[in-house]
Amino acid sequence: MASGEMIVKGGFIIDPTRKIDGDVGDVAIKDGKIVDKVGSSAKVIDAKGKVVMAGAVDVHSHVAGPKVNAGRLMRPEDKFISGFCRSGMAQKNGYRMESGFSIPSVFKTGYDYARMGYTFVMEAAMPPLLAPHTHEEIHDTPIIDEGALPVFANNWFVMDYLRKGEVENTAAYIAWLLKATKGYGVKLVNPGGTAAWAWGLNCLSLNDPVPYFEITPAEIIKGLIEANEFLGLPHSIHLHQNNLGNPGNYPDTIAALKIAEGFKARNKFGRESVMHSTHLQFHSYGGEGWKDFCSKAKEVMDYVNKQKNITIDLGCVTLDETTTMTADGPFEHHLHGLNHLKWTNVDVEMETAAGVVPYIYDKNVTPNAVQWATGLELALYAKDMNRCFITTDHPNAGPFTRYPRVIKWLMSKKAREETIATMKNSDRMIGLTNIHTMDRELTLFEIAQMTRSGPAKCLGLGNVYGGLAPGMNGDVSVFNLNYKDLPKDAEKIETALQRAACFIKGGEVIVKDGEVVSHGHKKTVWVKVAMPENPQVTRDVSQAFTQGTYTVDIRNYPVREYLAPHQSVIDVNVEA
Amino acid sequence: MPKLIKGVGCPYCGSSCDDIEVLVSDDETKILEVHNACIIGTNLFHHANDPTRPKLPRRRQPDGTMKEIPYDEAIDYMAKTMLAAKKPLIYGFGSTNCEGMSAVARIAEKSGAVLDNCATICHGPSFLAIFDNGYPSCTLGEAKNRADVVVFWGCNPMHAHPRHTSRYSIFPRGYFTQKGAMQRTVLSIDPRETDTAKLADVHLMLDQGHDYELFDAFRTVLRGHDIPDVVAGIPKETIIKSVEIMKNAKFCMIFFGMGCTHTDGRNHNIDAAISLTRDLNEHTKASIMAMRGHYNIAGPGQVWAWQFGFPYCIDLSKGTHAHMNPGETSSVDLAMRDEVDCFVNVGADAGAHFPIQPVQHLKKHPFITVDPNFNMASEISDLHIPVRIAGVDEPGVVYRMDNVPIQFRAVIKGLPGVPSDEELFNKVYERMCELTKTEPIWLAAKEDRRYPESEAVI
Amino acid sequence: MATVTLKPTKVPELMFEGYSITPDAFAGKTAAQIAELPGHEGKIHMKLGDFFEVSGNAGETAADTDIVIAGDCTRVKYIGARMTAGTVTVNGNADMYVGGWMKGGKIHIKGNMDSFCGIQMEGGELLCDGDAKNHVGCAYRGDWRGMKGGTIRIKGSAGNDIGTFMLGGTIIIEKNAFIHVSTHAEGGTVVIKGDVEGRVGGQMVRGEMYVLGKIKFMMPGYKKVDTVEKEIDGVKATFDHYIGDLGERHPKSKGQVVYANLYLKAAA
Repeated sequence: MASGEMIVKGGFIIDPTRKIDGDVGDVAIKDGKIVDKVGSSAKVIDAKGKVVMAGAVDVHSHVAGPKVNAGRLMRPEDKFISGFCRSGMAQKNGYRMESGFSIPSVFKTGYDYARMGYTFVMEAAMPPLLAPHTHEEIHDTPIIDEGALPVFANNWFVMDYLRKGEVENTAAYIAWLLKATKGYGVKLVNPGGTAAWAWGLNCLSLNDPVPYFEITPAEIIKGLIEANEFLGLPHSIHLHQNNLGNPGNYPDTIAALKIAEGFKARNKFGRESVMHSTHLQFHSYGGEGWKDFCSKAKEVMDYVNKQKNITIDLGCVTLDETTTMTADGPFEHHLHGLNHLKWTNVDVEMETAAGVVPYIYDKNVTPNAVQWATGLELALYAKDMNRCFITTDHPNAGPFTRYPRVIKWLMSKKAREETIATMKNSDRMIGLTNIHTMDRELTLFEIAQMTRSGPAKCLGLGNVYGGLAPGMNGDVSVFNLNYKDLPKDAEKIETALQRAACFIKGGEVIVKDGEVVSHGHKKTVWVKVAMPENPQVTRDVSQAFTQGTYTVDIRNYPVREYLAPHQSVIDVNVEA
Repeated sequence: MPKLIKGVGCPYCGSSCDDIEVLVSDDETKILEVHNACIIGTNLFHHANDPTRPKLPRRRQPDGTMKEIPYDEAIDYMAKTMLAAKKPLIYGFGSTNCEGMSAVARIAEKSGAVLDNCATICHGPSFLAIFDNGYPSCTLGEAKNRADVVVFWGCNPMHAHPRHTSRYSIFPRGYFTQKGAMQRTVLSIDPRETDTAKLADVHLMLDQGHDYELFDAFRTVLRGHDIPDVVAGIPKETIIKSVEIMKNAKFCMIFFGMGCTHTDGRNHNIDAAISLTRDLNEHTKASIMAMRGHYNIAGPGQVWAWQFGFPYCIDLSKGTHAHMNPGETSSVDLAMRDEVDCFVNVGADAGAHFPIQPVQHLKKHPFITVDPNFNMASEISDLHIPVRIAGVDEPGVVYRMDNVPIQFRAVIKGLPGVPSDEELFNKVYERMCELTKTEPIWLAAKEDRRYPESEAVI
Repeated sequence: MATVTLKPTKVPELMFEGYSITPDAFAGKTAAQIAELPGHEGKIHMKLGDFFEVSGNAGETAADTDIVIAGDCTRVKYIGARMTAGTVTVNGNADMYVGGWMKGGKIHIKGNMDSFCGIQMEGGELLCDGDAKNHVGCAYRGDWRGMKGGTIRIKGSAGNDIGTFMLGGTIIIEKNAFIHVSTHAEGGTVVIKGDVEGRVGGQMVRGEMYVLGKIKFMMPGYKKVDTVEKEIDGVKATFDHYIGDLGERHPKSKGQVVYANLYLKAAA
């Protein structure tokens, strides 16, 4: 956090938290926080004729940890394709070297997010046993504030407690694990299915029992919502659903969303949702096979629109060569069977699994083109943009560096049509989707909701991130766009959003004219629950280590303090 | 009163056992007893008590003798030498912590060096196979809790990883393997009758150097095709029987070692093993794991992958981008082809482990060793800088052979004035920045890198 | 056509990365401008003029430019890498990456080549009068897209890893090869006129291989299906026809499973 005063002057301010849509004004920052006004000696950043927004918040991105690194390690060609290096603005300004395209190095990750005006990124899946690794990477990632979501939905303790209907014990275990891993919230990945994968099996529907544990995915989801709301965590459960990526999966998707019905958010952080359903694009398909594989974005969004306690993110396909990686182990094995590219798998004892497979989203392959349309349709059908967030499930549907391109497609029908026109089977794609008939073009205000106020609120961070109200973090992004006269050529929107004219974080100028000029002061954000000790959970956990189901010592399991520098700890108190 | 410290990680092999108990003197300067560790691990702890451990850097004099010099002088020499070189090579890191590996990367970038680790002469071929074919693997707990068929291919844990079989692979009673060894079928594929092979239910004593053909035969049989009567010296019936055992397993775990990585074909042997593992997953659950050698040799592969995208053989000389191509940018090849003009050996012993010819080539240029102990490399070096021992008198993260990070602790206080690898490299980096009149880049690291004093004693 | 001649004047202390030695980089430049083209020796930025005496101006385009290196390039990497047209002739040896990623034109190395020549080549012609070391026409580490087109002809012998992950094009080794031919390949043709130690076509999905000498160790995943008369690279002979690698996955085409084909010259 920088001391001193600063004023961003004369820009078009877009701030959904205060319903400001393009009014010309100033943003004042003092000691790293937004304030009403500053003195005349404040440092002036001229934003005249430019768009001024809060720093952006990414609700779901795989940027740090063991499977991300497995992807980096197994793909040297991601740095170097056909003789050309895909890396390296690099050390031009004396900064650390940058590497990689779909799975960038930690340095490139921090720099590229900052260049796009992002201030907070949530690592979407942290295997608890490997949490020190995730934190080591977060530690080495410059600039951006980060949190990480430990995975719970295939955890032996969780499945065992929930089978017996023990929500309080589940909650106590969650509290212990969040503290041990310095985690942020409750992530579910293919509930039960990943546990089944340890025996080479899967749970494709919500009612497939998990082998040995005799619990169903639906019961795990419901139990974790209950535990999450019992604790009153800042974020809702964060759900990667079962049956990802398969034709005809949308009824399962809606069935899982329905589990949230009747639950009400219980927390002190301003969160209203009880379920965040992530990368919904991968879960909104119709058809019985790849031949009639089609978009069911409308059906899914019709449900989401009326169900106010659900938030979603898109997981937009960007039509790039990328690397898929998920704790959905059986899915990656299945995908490898489809494209025959290299396959990495990591099963983690007692807890989870993960898989990594490279993938090329080819616009000339009809199912890929349908996936591209499905992601965009979800946003275009959304009614409440504060509950619908832009992601690419980085790097699964495409690298996060393509967010500006996704925004271009969302803001311009012409840009969408130009892309469709380059597809070899555009007619077939049009027949299987609705994108061609949709005229909606999102506004920058809506984009600000989807990238700033919305995700911040859903994470329970709406009081510090995602807006420009006094008291919030002094994180401001300035883009070379004239709000009163937006370019007719949507390419220029993409270019402007790719490289911020200026990005200020914690009152410090981080990016100037699209280039990183400072490493700023990053924070690790995690949630610490204070609750009365639960002797049974304490005993169960310690037995798993002493009786040897785990292979590490319990004393070496919790992430040590020094691995997470500059912690921003969110305290949650649960009364007895 | 001596203090007993529990849950201590062992600084020896890739099993990275963290159930060691160490009794230390009241003032935390001497190790008195070591429990639970294997004989080698026990001795590594006791080595730390050795009164002859070097406490100051030593610089070679014109008459060939080594003379003790202050740390500042050593740091200045190392910074200047690496900056002056056209292409320095930094090698080693089998025996240090990840904090040191992260710190050395700054120096490597600054001096345009090649960054390589012991994998280059060990499990480097496994990396090449992972690049080409992926790595369907798991943590060791999965093997312990589930595996009912365990295959040791070209490895001999009874000698190289003494507690591997008792902690993870053959003997332990896991959640679904309550009967321990009784419940597990063990296959050994090795041209020698090793002590591991003697434990096995089936030992395939193949012709040395023909692992690739044997893997191919396994895969061909698994797909239901016929094979020749004898492959790699193994009769067809034995191969078919072995494939049946693996296919009918509930959970088949394949461990492989240097017998695969350092015989003809190298990476291709592993590549075929990975393909076999993948094929087995069509029938049951199967997993594969490299028997990594040192307690933190998986560490540099992880740290440098997140920093540069490559696990080893990383050529940073261009300044703009990292380049990796083992065969070109690997230590032994660089040395043999006279492609480097300065050598820095860290936490390893290139003097003992490299073939003699590359050492001769490297000796034409400045040769620096950073290591807690005297070793072959330190004795032929122009400069030897002693550091603390990661896992004994310096804490830090290490990666076990299954890439599980284990937070090692220090059990005794370090020798006064002797820095950790990380502290040393940070000082060299600062000196390099002074010399080149540039600003150091610390990110978050420097500001908040302190080890809690009380961490050593539970 | 215009000819630019490079005469080596100095042996690099380390290796010289001569990535500018291509007709594409030379095109439209004078001898003096060519001497200024960049290269690297370790981390030091060098110029072609530091190691070569340049004479003759280049043609307007790459196709109009012939490069002749009048001497030995044992310590020069990347000669002709990424070139699209024109010719490069080296009157001596060359180091790694000769013709790597090349798309067109012609390279003639009159001596021996080191490893990684023709790596991920897409088109053009690479001729070597001597021997090549390892990784002739292979893929870059981790890439499943190996050599796609063009022709590599080695008049001598080659080492291991020939045509790994090959998708198209032709590699001809006129003498012997060591191990690993067409490993993981999904296309292309490799011809070995001499003997091979072994591991021919391991994990191969499809593509063609011809061996005119002997294979010491045959892959167990290959099955002899018939004997055929064939002509390959000017040699007419009777071949034992094998299909494989039966241990590997194989796609179907028009209802038929497609295998890789190995043609091994039948014993006389």
